[in-house]
Amino acid sequence: MLLRRQAGSAAAIPGRGPYGRPYRRETLLQHMARNRWCYLLLLPGLVYMLIFQYIPMYGVVIAFKNFSIVKGIWASPWIGLDNFISLFKSSGFYQILSNSILISIYRLAWGFPAPILLALILNEVRNMLFKRTVQTILYIPHFVSWVVIAGLMVNMLSPAGGVVNQILQMFGVKPVNFLMEPAYFRSIIVVSEIWKEAGWGTIIYLAAISGIDTSLYEAAIVDGANRLQQMRHITLPGILGTIVVLLILRMGFILSNGFEQIFLMYNPLVYRVADVFETYTYRVGLMEGRFSFATAVGVFQSVVGIVLILATNWIAKRYGEGGLW
Amino acid sequence: MGGNTEGRTGVVSSQRVKWFERFVYVLLGMIAFAMIYPFLNVIAVSVSDYGAYLKNPMRILPGKIDLSAFKFVFTHALILSSYRNTVIVTAAGSLLSMFLTITMAFPLSRKNLRGKALFTNLLIFTMLFNGGLIPNFYLIRSLGLLDTLWALIIPGSLSAYNIILMRSFIQSIPESLEEAAKIDGASDLYILVKIILPLSTPILATLTLFFAVARWNSFFAAIVYIRDRGKWTLQLLLREIVMAAEATVLASDPEAVRSIALQNVKYAVIIVSILPILCLYPFLQKYFVKGVMIGAVKG
Repeated sequence: MLLRRQAGSAAAIPGRGPYGRPYRRETLLQHMARNRWCYLLLLPGLVYMLIFQYIPMYGVVIAFKNFSIVKGIWASPWIGLDNFISLFKSSGFYQILSNSILISIYRLAWGFPAPILLALILNEVRNMLFKRTVQTILYIPHFVSWVVIAGLMVNMLSPAGGVVNQILQMFGVKPVNFLMEPAYFRSIIVVSEIWKEAGWGTIIYLAAISGIDTSLYEAAIVDGANRLQQMRHITLPGILGTIVVLLILRMGFILSNGFEQIFLMYNPLVYRVADVFETYTYRVGLMEGRFSFATAVGVFQSVVGIVLILATNWIAKRYGEGGLW
Repeated sequence: MGGNTEGRTGVVSSQRVKWFERFVYVLLGMIAFAMIYPFLNVIAVSVSDYGAYLKNPMRILPGKIDLSAFKFVFTHALILSSYRNTVIVTAAGSLLSMFLTITMAFPLSRKNLRGKALFTNLLIFTMLFNGGLIPNFYLIRSLGLLDTLWALIIPGSLSAYNIILMRSFIQSIPESLEEAAKIDGASDLYILVKIILPLSTPILATLTLFFAVARWNSFFAAIVYIRDRGKWTLQLLLREIVMAAEATVLASDPEAVRSIALQNVKYAVIIVSILPILCLYPFLQKYFVKGVMIGAVKG
């Protein structure tokens, strides 16, 4: 029997709602009906994820089969780990593994500090107009595609009339075909990436710098510190947290290098120093048609990548400033 | 505000300070020049005639003005079709990306949605693991989308990172607004369209710009999925022209080949392809910069 209560009376019976009616837990269907728009809105995205992201994940079985495009995935014979065994036995694999890691480390060693230093220097500018103009210019290369940049580099480094070689000739040095020399390739990659991304990278560090407490600077000035000392003892430690987190997160991607940058600038003469996972799977998989083998390479990169990203993300979160998600 | 340089010189001699500041300005000036020089060079050469290029290929001031390179570019069929394809892919792709971002971010921002954790984890997992090049290629091929513009529009339109970004933004909108609407009987859809979206214009603008720039500059998807030259995008065409050693890629009859100043045409094509971005950039810069900060300062 329902208890009648006066509307607005203060004492409530636990487990019962207004007017003493008992709460009843919604069934899933009732919940979905009540929130139908939310579920409907999710639908397109979920369908997309299913078709274009989860189904390809199933496609990794290609790595475990002797895949023939005529037979399709189902009919191709299962060969287990054979592709992986021949992968680890091939010398080519160790070359792309070392190239991927080395190029990634060079990009990290030079490309990671560049925006930090730029941000520190930019921070010392007092003239706002100059600062804003410089920043606007610094951001531009970020918006240009790798095709354009590779094209510019090819033209600039060309042995026949390229800018760099013309300057060298002025000093009496013979022209060098830079892009065809294995010794120069990795440096070209690192330098072009710094040119493209260093300016844009300053944004996040400048934001971190702006969060430093001004009173610290005032105290340092009283103690007689000059601008350089202020930079070393206040600004740098102040953004150390941001730097460490970004560095940790970046380590999770140590096996990946961009496809476009390297693909657009490499050539067969420099494969042995330039070939990385992304370009190798493209060439061997799509150009040479060795689907199973290329999929195995991709699986290796993905699996190791997951472990690295999860580990570094966990470490970054423990450090206290949040991870990727 | 931290990092502010006003009044930070204190008791140090003003001479030292002046040298330091001069050094900073000169250094930054040099770096900025290094960043912008290639563009100045490309612009200058593209509007000059071939003779001017030969005299000084490093120039940043135009020589004798000769716009024939641009005339050639604007009348070349393959260049025009590539431009058109890129515009289509950019517009449709950005629209699709925005649609998926909004429709996924909103439900995941609701407090009491059952299954929310499951969907969120499904989403995050896609950030970690990917089928790889071959499985994706095989899927597109099996769907019959190979060598169509759809292969450039649909794959890659869902960005889990940006969905999470948008979700955080929606979560930062005060609940009182939604509650007020709910009391008046508003459905979730009404809340999304009439309350959340109007308040989200900054982040919507930023995300649209990011998507558009990414599509415009995208090369990888095009080279993997497109074979037919008629369906080429600008970046594919750019690569062929700019890396070309001879003018034969641009014209087939020897007469025309001889009259083309290849270097000037290369540079003109580069200008034409980055023109939209360079034009919109000054006006939209603050949106881009804000976008990075929103991503960095997660709530």
